[in-house]
Amino acid sequence: MKGSRAEEKIMSGCAISGILNRKGNRFSGEEIIDSIALMHERSNGLGGGFAAYGIYPEFKEQYAIHMFYDDLDAKEEVEYFLNRHFNIAVAEKIPTREVDKISNPPIIWRYFAMPNEQKLSEFGLADDEYVAQSVMNINANYRGAFVVSSGKNMGVFKGVGYPEDIGDFYKLEEYEAYLWTAHGRFPTNTPGWWGGAHPFTLLDWSIVHNGEISSYGANKRYLEMFGYKCTMQTDTEAITYLFDLMLRKHKLSLESAVKAVAAPLWSEIERMEPKEKKIATAIRTIYGNALLNGPFSIILGHKDGFLALNDRIKLRPLVVAEDEERTYVASEESAIREICSEPEKVWTPRGGEPVIGLLEGREEVWA
Amino acid sequence: MGLDYNIPEFIIERDQDRCIDCQVCQHQCANQVHAYDQDLEKMVAQDIDCVNCHRCVTLCPTNALIIRENPSEYKKNKNWTGNMIENIQKQAATGGILLTGMGNPTAKKIYWDHILLNASQVTNPSIDPLREPMELKTFLGRKPDQIEFDDNGELKDLPPQLELDIPIMFGAMSFGSISINACKSLAKAASDLGLMYNTGEGGLHQDLYQYGQRTIVQVASGRFGVHNEYLNAGAAVEIKVGQGAKPGIGGHLPGEKVGAEVSKTRMIPKGSDALSPAPHHDIYSIEDLRQLIYALKEATDYKKPVSVKIAAVHNVAAIASGIASAGADIIAIDGYRGGTGAAPTMIRDNVGIPVELALAAVDDRLRQEGLRKNVSLVVSGSIRNSADIVKAVALGADAVYIASAALISLGCHMCQKCYTGKCNWGIATQRPELVKRLNPEVGAQRVKNLITGWSHEIKEILGGMGINALESLRGNRLMLRGIDLTEKELEILGIKHAGK
Repeated sequence: MKGSRAEEKIMSGCAISGILNRKGNRFSGEEIIDSIALMHERSNGLGGGFAAYGIYPEFKEQYAIHMFYDDLDAKEEVEYFLNRHFNIAVAEKIPTREVDKISNPPIIWRYFAMPNEQKLSEFGLADDEYVAQSVMNINANYRGAFVVSSGKNMGVFKGVGYPEDIGDFYKLEEYEAYLWTAHGRFPTNTPGWWGGAHPFTLLDWSIVHNGEISSYGANKRYLEMFGYKCTMQTDTEAITYLFDLMLRKHKLSLESAVKAVAAPLWSEIERMEPKEKKIATAIRTIYGNALLNGPFSIILGHKDGFLALNDRIKLRPLVVAEDEERTYVASEESAIREICSEPEKVWTPRGGEPVIGLLEGREEVWA
Repeated sequence: MGLDYNIPEFIIERDQDRCIDCQVCQHQCANQVHAYDQDLEKMVAQDIDCVNCHRCVTLCPTNALIIRENPSEYKKNKNWTGNMIENIQKQAATGGILLTGMGNPTAKKIYWDHILLNASQVTNPSIDPLREPMELKTFLGRKPDQIEFDDNGELKDLPPQLELDIPIMFGAMSFGSISINACKSLAKAASDLGLMYNTGEGGLHQDLYQYGQRTIVQVASGRFGVHNEYLNAGAAVEIKVGQGAKPGIGGHLPGEKVGAEVSKTRMIPKGSDALSPAPHHDIYSIEDLRQLIYALKEATDYKKPVSVKIAAVHNVAAIASGIASAGADIIAIDGYRGGTGAAPTMIRDNVGIPVELALAAVDDRLRQEGLRKNVSLVVSGSIRNSADIVKAVALGADAVYIASAALISLGCHMCQKCYTGKCNWGIATQRPELVKRLNPEVGAQRVKNLITGWSHEIKEILGGMGINALESLRGNRLMLRGIDLTEKELEILGIKHAGK
């Protein structure tokens, strides 16, 4: 058994960590594993995972689709779908090694693919929207199959286990990325489902998340009106889709999206300059159901960098540090010091205050 | 007509040891129940005329009065209850329609009482509203799908919105059905609290124009008091199609209530009956409704949101969806427990459906059609306390209308005799000697106290859920669980049973 999807919302606590090389220099997965491993006590072995950006330079124009399959039937069915809808350049098993503490993995496969031109024009969709709809279709309608990630030149590696064991299992020391994020999970119930580990993704977006979103029921039903299907019963999936909606579909600036998910208090808005006040009021009026309520700290990964964010009254920990080339973010400062003992700057962002780490020269290129 | 077969509904017990013959009860009772008998040298009472409004009980300086239901019992019969028998006696005596006031009092299931709320434990900290911000601000009006900027990067203006500091508004009650002092109390309370009140179909008395920014002006089938200045005096316009207490029928303000002020405000002759037709005679279809919505938008220069109020009836979801696509900015749904100044008893107690089910169905339908994010949803009929409001918002409402609760805060004791015009509390009456009993300053303060209390309670409940802004509760049915409900009821409400 590979475990099954939860029927009800899963609650979990967690550890998160991220490292960005702002110059775009790539580095192996060893450091992120060391960082997340230091926070071993914050997870309970029921989920760990990593997102890595820049790992597939040889296929950087292709969508890298990482898949979990429960069995060969599921794989066959999804591949039939993929073959009809995509031109697949490479289909291969994602390399893993035997690790004592990791058991019962699903079938783990990846595809480098482009949307089928004919289908694309038939549906009249942009590439990204076509891929996003395909991903949601597979996740909602193909039993025993799960899209782990679907961005370009990036991939997610996750599963049931402590994060350091998951990193070992996927041989992450062999990958080089300019941005790594990691997650160790502490769910309060025990669905041992590989797909339920973090990061959650859609296209280039990946989210690692520590916390519980009390507004999930409102967020989920809001997203459904825009065609998103929240099938995994987790907050994190909904957060991913909210950012996809606002940043990709609605073309909001990152700053505006933050004003929706971690909205400034009305009392703060009152004190803003008229123009800023008008925008903040409009965002809260229109995107009220996108507000994320409850304790959270998240790292939103993207090809251009990351956004780290706390809930607006800071109910979960989040620490940031910088050195010459890199920006670090983690649940605990110790997880940063473990891999960068003398950062130039260390700080604790306030609740709702976004920390944006960008590759040099890419200030305006989100989404 | 011979013998009146009816017996008194209430028995007045007067403790003669306590009674000091001060005659306060006599002066206070517009129903002329109490009188001083010169021969007997004591106070006596006509039980049959008592409506049990508690005015005399409350004001008796020696607590000498107790009013009880008449303990006389009919022979036990589950089918022919005393109430059924008495109704027939009344109609046999008069040949009229059974008339009543306020909302449906029958023992049908109240769904609010079968819904339980969630609270945080361990995985998610609850929030203390006395220490942390807790936001109830709500905007009603049409929202675009997404925020938009023009070519110069300037934010495009949103359609007009009503800004509420608390998601509560005072539901439509006309000047005529209630007194000017009751209107003033509500209007002042709404202004002071940052809420809205609704004129009902009674026009807008000159004294109330000062509260325009907190006023929703109603346009109903009689079009009483509707003119350009009226439409533009309020912050929003509401087309009343139906009312929960009497779906499908019109209204009737008897001529005796149409004094000089009501006459002037409604623009009808003094002493004439104000009859609101059952339908709007310019709305026989959804496309007609669209025309009226846009006529009102034109008249108000697209500066005010237009609401459409309907009664919760069987196919309310489809109707609401039609209203949303007809261009309404706000949809108000009034459930079958909603109050009224006067309604035929049979209609009030048998027509329409519970607002809880209607709300869930409408919210679901609007979401399926992708319209809910654009249009606002307000419910009423009946909201009795702050927990009902929290449940309504979690089921999907943006805000609620309260009316009966607001009147109770002004002194109403739910005797359900509003239609007689003899309200001893100065609320549902136009008789000057009764109206003056309600001091609008005091009334406004009592309403404000009620809403302030409720808002504290809402904040406590939200904080317990780990939520610090109302928008995170809106439509968040995961915060609700059902108890003693069937699978079908749970399915319609879109909630799980307690324990699941």
